[in-house]
Amino acid sequence: MANTQEKIAKLFPQVTVSQGNAGIELTLADQSRWHDLASALRHELGFDFLVTIAGMDWKEEGLGCVYYMVASDRHECLSVKVTATGDREKPYIQSVFDLWDIATIFEREVYDYFGIIFVNNPDMRRLFLNIDWKGYPLRKDYDADPATNPISIESERQTDFTESWVEKDGKIVKEIKRIFQPDDFVINIGPQHPATHGVLRFRTALDGEIIKKIDVYLGYIHRGVEKICEEDTYPQTLHFMDRLDYFSGQIYHHGLCMLYEEAAGIQVNKRIEVIRVLMDELSRIASHCLFIGTYCMDLGATTMLFYALRVREQILDIFEKTCGARMTFNYACIGGVMQDLHPDFVHDVHALLDVLPGNIKEYNTLFTGNVIARDRMEGVGVLTREDAISWAVSGPNGRASGWACDVRKNFPYAVYDEVDFDEIILHEGDAMARFKARILEMEQSARIIAQLIDNIPEGDYLVKVPKMLKIPAGHWFKMVEGCRGTFGIYLESDGGTIPYRLKLAPPCLPAAAVVDHITEGEKIADLITIGGSMDYIVPDIDR
Amino acid sequence: MQDLSVATSWFHSFLLGYIPEWAAVTLECLLIGVGLLLLYAVLALFYILFERKVCAAFQCRLGPNRVGPWGLLQSVADMFKILIKELITLNHGDKFLFELAPFLVIIASMLAFAVLPWGNGLEVINFNVGIFFLLAVSSIGVLGILLAGWSSNNKYTLIGALRSGAQMVSYELSMGLSVVTMVVIAGTMNVHEICMAQEHLWFIFSGHIPAIIAFIIFMIAGTAETNRGPFDLPEAESELTAGYHTEYSGIHFGFYYLAEYLNLFIVSGVAALLFFGGWMPLHIPGFDAFNNIMDYIPSVVWFLAKAVALSFIIIWFKWTFPRLRIDQLLTLEWKYLLPINLFNLVLMVVVVLYRLTL
Repeated sequence: MANTQEKIAKLFPQVTVSQGNAGIELTLADQSRWHDLASALRHELGFDFLVTIAGMDWKEEGLGCVYYMVASDRHECLSVKVTATGDREKPYIQSVFDLWDIATIFEREVYDYFGIIFVNNPDMRRLFLNIDWKGYPLRKDYDADPATNPISIESERQTDFTESWVEKDGKIVKEIKRIFQPDDFVINIGPQHPATHGVLRFRTALDGEIIKKIDVYLGYIHRGVEKICEEDTYPQTLHFMDRLDYFSGQIYHHGLCMLYEEAAGIQVNKRIEVIRVLMDELSRIASHCLFIGTYCMDLGATTMLFYALRVREQILDIFEKTCGARMTFNYACIGGVMQDLHPDFVHDVHALLDVLPGNIKEYNTLFTGNVIARDRMEGVGVLTREDAISWAVSGPNGRASGWACDVRKNFPYAVYDEVDFDEIILHEGDAMARFKARILEMEQSARIIAQLIDNIPEGDYLVKVPKMLKIPAGHWFKMVEGCRGTFGIYLESDGGTIPYRLKLAPPCLPAAAVVDHITEGEKIADLITIGGSMDYIVPDIDR
Repeated sequence: MQDLSVATSWFHSFLLGYIPEWAAVTLECLLIGVGLLLLYAVLALFYILFERKVCAAFQCRLGPNRVGPWGLLQSVADMFKILIKELITLNHGDKFLFELAPFLVIIASMLAFAVLPWGNGLEVINFNVGIFFLLAVSSIGVLGILLAGWSSNNKYTLIGALRSGAQMVSYELSMGLSVVTMVVIAGTMNVHEICMAQEHLWFIFSGHIPAIIAFIIFMIAGTAETNRGPFDLPEAESELTAGYHTEYSGIHFGFYYLAEYLNLFIVSGVAALLFFGGWMPLHIPGFDAFNNIMDYIPSVVWFLAKAVALSFIIIWFKWTFPRLRIDQLLTLEWKYLLPINLFNLVLMVVVVLYRLTL
């Protein structure tokens, strides 16, 4: 780490270097050197995984972004704070879309919320909000008056064009570009479509059955969670974590709680950590079960859905007994968990562990080895390791492409460094590998649970926390391994009882964004295979 | 073996005693028409319930169990529901073709009923190219599907219809060729005579290797012809919502639904006819006592039982396998089934010529 610091100091003396909770923090006052710095970080220092771009409004200090990136080969995290040039009317920052593919989408999100223009980004449309939306909602001076953006009863305006801002003769000028050609046969997959697993929309240009281009159109279930969080107290913000990726609710809760506890200096005991990890791994199995079921149903094998849901139901019953809910658990809370484990918990989990291997064997017999399933999935939607990192496709999807991206291994939290489990890494990178990775991960999760379930330490399930939690001024970043990949949380606090800015970096947004890249030239039926295998959850994308 | 043609010819001469022949024939036609329509509806209701129960059993569920005992009235209730639903007409589609299409589909499957071997002497029309007629009318159905997809003016339905057209035209070849293979061993295209030719042993046994190959191909092609899983691409739910019938509602949709189930019955009926003797009871040469006992079971029961048993296999396919992709589907037909079929036809000719049949 010191090595990185030295290198940066040598390459860019004008950059301020400091140490944050997640790693080195750089501050760049002048954005005109940003592309050079990013290029050096990407190519010379190996920071190839861009976790998130958190747009920021620092009021008087102007607008800007915080980029969080990870070096995939040495598990080092780094952040860069870049301040935008220009007034609040037209602030701009150099785009880094050519260094990290995923930056194209992340920058669009920042543009949507903060109105920061990324110069040279080829596609500067809004990402989540209507194209006619007025104002940039996450700016601190945003006028939330409903009259500004009344609810429209007209159909949303659609366009085949996008805009791009380029620098010409020292001036930033707008260019209009086409997304689809005039004679493209464009078909809408979604927003209401059986295979998109929610209200996601792919505008797909077809040539017969072959896909020419996909435009991912987001925002149909956008609820502005990040905006709402800025108006709620810290404990209140927790409840939204169940509503992003509703299958990783336990894990997201766990992540945000750890972040708040770290920021507020709260120590939790071992029992709490073990309980949280048990819940995380149980929900990972439940989530992967649902993936197997729905994915097989997408491919036409309806019966598998019921076989997979059988195990999931058993896990939900366990959750219901302890958490009192089957879906939005609200179980982890700041300083512990909501209530103690149910007396039947250990017994029920043992019952689950007994039936799980038999079920997994059954899935493999019925589906994985099936010749039709193999023909449909093998070699379809191949995502190479480089592309997976560049597109930030983490989680089981990234590991199926050979990228060791498990946060539980790379940045261990809770008790993950004390349990013994393997990181599942496959190298094919196709839909079959993504499917297999999840089945194998279920076995590993069961292994973690088996190690912990008989050794739950004694202790309180909730430590004492102040009634009105205040977090000192500063910023923190935390990553956890959700069911679908790296879930990053960035918190900036001004010392009050509500977050100044809470940026959630979901794993599903890159998974949906990469679909265009890996479906090009494949058949329309493969879009379903590929989209299903990426296993994105739309509320997690849209937030 | 009871010959039911005794009863039908008695009825005919009974009528002739009171009315002239033209009136008697007209009356018989009407009676048979009404009878077939009723049978059509009842069979469809039965099949819907049958499939739901079978699929539920595969999926660790109970299936319909609320309306009537064991859910028996569920499909009747569903039928009434579909009858009272609104027929939504499209503003920008081709109205005439849109309304014509479901009728084409249902007429095609109804016509096929005419030549099924319901029982000994129960063929509706017993003429010398019965099986040929069946192949001919069943290809009308694809026209209805293409028209439905085209006239709905919708991209999903269009893709669904084009897929369906490619699929059905391709698999008709396999179906036709495996029928031809069996015609070689039967030596006739007359449905009654095909049944009679299996009096001593069903073709699946007497034709041994080529007949078994033809049977497997026929079942695959038949599943594809009826657009059922794993060949249900035209209506691939997860890709094209409901494929060519996306825009249909009420009884128009019901027609497609009925036709799908009845085509299932027709395909299994034809398979029963060609390979398992149609209405012919199970006879084993040399076991005369056994053969006599088998003859006591009515021929209608034999035929229906064979057809339902074969349908069960097709339903089993659907609820087990994932769906193929369009190119894999066409590859299967043109690169595998068709050459095997042609070879099998030659093999069958050799077997018959050299009297190698059992």
